[in-house]
Amino acid sequence: MATEVIEKSQNNAESFGQTQRKDLWWLEPLLYAIGLGFFIIYATWAAFQGKHYEYGPYLSPFYSPLIIVDWWHFSPAFLILWIPAGFRMTCYYYRKAYYRSYFLGPPACGVRSLSKSYTGETAFPLIFQNIHRYFLIGASVLLFFLWNDVIKAFNFNGEFGVGVGTVVLFANTFLLTMYSLSCHSLRHLIGGCKDSFKCGYQHKVYEKISCANEHHMFWAWTSLFMVGFADLYVRLCAMGVWTDMRLI
Amino acid sequence: MEQAKFKVHRGEGSQGQDVDYTVPIEEGMVVLDAMHYIQKTASPDLAVRWNCKAAKCGSCSAEVNGKPRLMCKTRLDDFNLSEPITVRPMKSFPVIKDLACDVKWNYEVNKKIKPFTPKDDTDWIMYQRDVDRVQEFRKCIECFACQNVCHVLRDHNLKPKFAGPRFFVRVAGLEMHPLDGENRLEELRNDMGIGFCNITKCCTEVCPEDIHITDNAIIPMKERVVDKYYDPLKMLLRSLFGKK
Repeated sequence: MATEVIEKSQNNAESFGQTQRKDLWWLEPLLYAIGLGFFIIYATWAAFQGKHYEYGPYLSPFYSPLIIVDWWHFSPAFLILWIPAGFRMTCYYYRKAYYRSYFLGPPACGVRSLSKSYTGETAFPLIFQNIHRYFLIGASVLLFFLWNDVIKAFNFNGEFGVGVGTVVLFANTFLLTMYSLSCHSLRHLIGGCKDSFKCGYQHKVYEKISCANEHHMFWAWTSLFMVGFADLYVRLCAMGVWTDMRLI
Repeated sequence: MEQAKFKVHRGEGSQGQDVDYTVPIEEGMVVLDAMHYIQKTASPDLAVRWNCKAAKCGSCSAEVNGKPRLMCKTRLDDFNLSEPITVRPMKSFPVIKDLACDVKWNYEVNKKIKPFTPKDDTDWIMYQRDVDRVQEFRKCIECFACQNVCHVLRDHNLKPKFAGPRFFVRVAGLEMHPLDGENRLEELRNDMGIGFCNITKCCTEVCPEDIHITDNAIIPMKERVVDKYYDPLKMLLRSLFGKK
């Protein structure tokens, strides 16, 4: 068998992005970067608008619960959005997504990281990732308001009805609920913190949450898309661009 | 007969190069078969660790086209055979010769972990539901693919401070054990450096045993560390009621 020396050792100093991988390893972080970036830009723009967030019985999830107070001179969305933003920023799934896509540390498995020095989540500011459970509590409180908005979305001037907007708000709140229920911190608080489940019911709840947790990425992306779409739907209806169709 | 081209790392220590080989392939062939063919025909001195050839001993870890894999579980028909397949040793560990690495650092880390210590007055009765949770961690075959791909070890070489995913799995198996009475959270935070893990999940992606390392071992251990060191409410309750 012929042999031929073709390359120097792997032990040379490596630079960012260096890898022996031959697949499209850059595609996943690129798609994440585009998806997350698009949402962040849209959500920031929508929050700054401060108008077109209500239409008929519908309220945009970016503005729910609607808090209008004299002393606050900015968009009411900013009184709310820091909670879901913090929840998603400290989420164990999104951490993977943005560490790979934006911090490039590493962009993909087996691909050289960008940063030379590394402290992980042991130092400021990333040590604050550890308060994820508190954002979970905040996001859970917001869910009560969002479900209340869904109930209101069935009420068309005192009559029961279902519009496309009702379906959109229901789907949005359902997906956000599943995203919260599949949270790693919730899984820990429900039973992950215990070494032994003395109560069988507690174990059943833990198992259900673990089952949802396996699909946390799915709930994270679908709920992200849907919450943006729900705002867009209400906004375009309020602006008169779209007409809300009554189904019932 | 169809052939596959390989670029195999050859050399001792930090010195080495990729060497070209051509191997005739048969149906169902794996990368380890190709390495054995090279040993038999072209390079009898090619150093390759292997034992079971059934993905159970964890000996034949290497990097195939840049991804940590078990050579015995990596089929050639998964690759585009018009391009050469690169086979290199694990990057995170010193090379002894060719594809054989020195992984003794892992065994040194392992020795530092407090072993299973039963609670006082243990009655040795366990619920199946509690056993099921830790059973997953017993599947680990110590191939060290997770240690190899983890960027904290691979790119940043934080070996003195960071134990790596394999040992978070072991600690998780002990910490979640219903009969274990030892507490390893302080070591997990201070000596094993679990805070360096930033959940990029590469360990889970490469695990040949499909252990959900990040979701079922590392994140639950991170959450327990949060309970003890970072949750202000729990810290307040502990200081008020003196509960551990």
